[in-house]
Amino acid sequence: MKILNIFLSAFRALQRNKMRSFLTMLGIIIGVAAVIAMLAIGQGAEYSVKEQIAALGTNVLMVYPGAQQQAGVRSGAGSATTLTEDDALAISRECPAVQYISPGAFAGGQVIAGNLNWATSIQGVGSDYLEIRQWLIEYGDFFTDQDIKAAAKVCILGKTVADNLFPDASPVDQTIRIRNVPFKVAGVLTKKGQNAMGQDQDDVILAPYTTVIRRLSHFPNLRFILVSATSLKDIAAAQTQISELLRMRHKIQQYDADDFTIRNQTDLAATATATTQVLTILLASIASVSLLVGGIGIMNIMLVSVTERTREIGIRMSIGARARDILTQFLIEALVLSLLGGITGIIIGVVGSNVISSIAKWPTIITAFSIILSFGFSIAIGIFFGFYPARKAAMLNPIDALRYE
Amino acid sequence: MIHDLTLSSASTNGSLIQIEHLTKVYQLGEVDVHALRGVSVNVSKGEFVAIMGASGSGKSTFMNILGCLDKPTKGSYILEGIDVGKLSRDELAMIRNKKIGFVFQGFNLLSRTSALENVELPLFYGPTSNKVRKVKATEALERVGLGDRIHHYPNQLSGGQQQRVAIARSLVNDPSIILADEPTGNLDSRTSVEVMGIFQELNNNGITIILVTHEPDIAQFAKRHIVFRDGKIRADKVNSNPKIASEVIKEIPMIDDEEEAA
Repeated sequence: MKILNIFLSAFRALQRNKMRSFLTMLGIIIGVAAVIAMLAIGQGAEYSVKEQIAALGTNVLMVYPGAQQQAGVRSGAGSATTLTEDDALAISRECPAVQYISPGAFAGGQVIAGNLNWATSIQGVGSDYLEIRQWLIEYGDFFTDQDIKAAAKVCILGKTVADNLFPDASPVDQTIRIRNVPFKVAGVLTKKGQNAMGQDQDDVILAPYTTVIRRLSHFPNLRFILVSATSLKDIAAAQTQISELLRMRHKIQQYDADDFTIRNQTDLAATATATTQVLTILLASIASVSLLVGGIGIMNIMLVSVTERTREIGIRMSIGARARDILTQFLIEALVLSLLGGITGIIIGVVGSNVISSIAKWPTIITAFSIILSFGFSIAIGIFFGFYPARKAAMLNPIDALRYE
Repeated sequence: MIHDLTLSSASTNGSLIQIEHLTKVYQLGEVDVHALRGVSVNVSKGEFVAIMGASGSGKSTFMNILGCLDKPTKGSYILEGIDVGKLSRDELAMIRNKKIGFVFQGFNLLSRTSALENVELPLFYGPTSNKVRKVKATEALERVGLGDRIHHYPNQLSGGQQQRVAIARSLVNDPSIILADEPTGNLDSRTSVEVMGIFQELNNNGITIILVTHEPDIAQFAKRHIVFRDGKIRADKVNSNPKIASEVIKEIPMIDDEEEAA
């Protein structure tokens, strides 16, 4: 019997019981659609986490002063005050794998503008800070190298700060007071949102690091140096170069510990990605349970079908159908059920994912892999759960089957 | 009604069916049931044999073995030189497909499947192409006088017509023998004679027919009578003067409504 004919007669057989065939397929449809949607949501989450981390700048390195060691007692990171402006300049001069560099200082405090005030953190940064952070000015201007040299009292407001201090007017060219020091607002940053830790990155004021050190913190050394490598691949090289340079400059002996710490974002990215991948697998496994239940539904209906059609099987055997002809016939029927269910499920899964992402504003990503996976899975289920009933049909004794009432 | 047969006539020397010392024992729990106790019979090409006997005489078992649906416990069954007893399940299926045409009491057509598709069915299990299959099936239906009803479904056909579809199905693969198991059991007397007429015409054209029946009237249309009792052949005689269906039918009134009313 030719395979095309078998498929046609399988279609015909399923058409005779439309409702039943549809309900049987429904199990597979729901299963496949759920797997597709869950994978889409999981991969969407993975993608957006990666995006957020990339927005942070994955080729960014942070150099912190290290732990101070006094008579064997080690304080925490940053307790040493070893990082200087000269270090920063040396890094930008002597490390070829470094593209941008921004010295960093820090101050906290109450900020007053007119009759409004707001507590926020003031970051003292260099002129390349925005390049490193891949951040943009929404309106106004960033401060210049000249401002940095002169320790000018200019600042850039984060979006959150701008909204709180200047709810109605443009803050550009206005004056705000930080710890009673007047600053001119040069510009406002674009909205960056929360970082991977859930902190509001827009609740910040940027000012020249020289100004922060001299006018606000009165703490002469740098709190951090922000560095971006020339490319993602060069992170390791940049890290080594900085480390060697700083050890030399700080005159650290060969076996002594560093008095600084270099951190990069790749570890964080890897951890976050792994977490969302686990989430994706978890979701997909739960969804595939319903695919399994759908498969059992197919087996159930095929068993009923074999019993109902025992006489037909007898007739077919008496006119020359071999056991394997009967086996193929019922196997193909189960396969057609699961295939049709699988295709419908893929369509519903894709449409459903798009609906979810447009309603819940949740990114969903449908990959060819997830479609191929669920398609292959539904074929496998058709064959696996169709085999037992088909074999039962094929093993019938023709005489008994013919006499079956 | 019946066109010229284009049967590939095999060599006529020797018998079509050679059966020797055939026994069949069923095991029902711990009891052995001897359905056949040593049956030997030869059937030549072109014969029209009626197998008769009460229920339990072993004729159905004999028929199943003859039709390669069942295997004998002992003894040999040679069909056109092939020792059927030695064949596997699949080989038996092939013999049923190529050499045997079945006609059953209950017609055994596939419901919700047109007459044409029912007749095509045996060809599905062979190498026939889709085109040839359709042609052959249409021819077979024309041979039994249903050329105008090939797209009807079984539930749109009368019992006699359904049985004719079944006969067409048995014919379609040009079998060596047609096995008819109580083919008139579900039909009224006039239709029964009509069906017997078809068998007689097929037989006149050279097809070997073996008919199982318990109705002596029906057996009268066959040329040879084999009577079974208790698993053995009790009588095997030539019917020297078989009834001719085409003549008998003229004596049966067309419609029996008046009789029913009486």
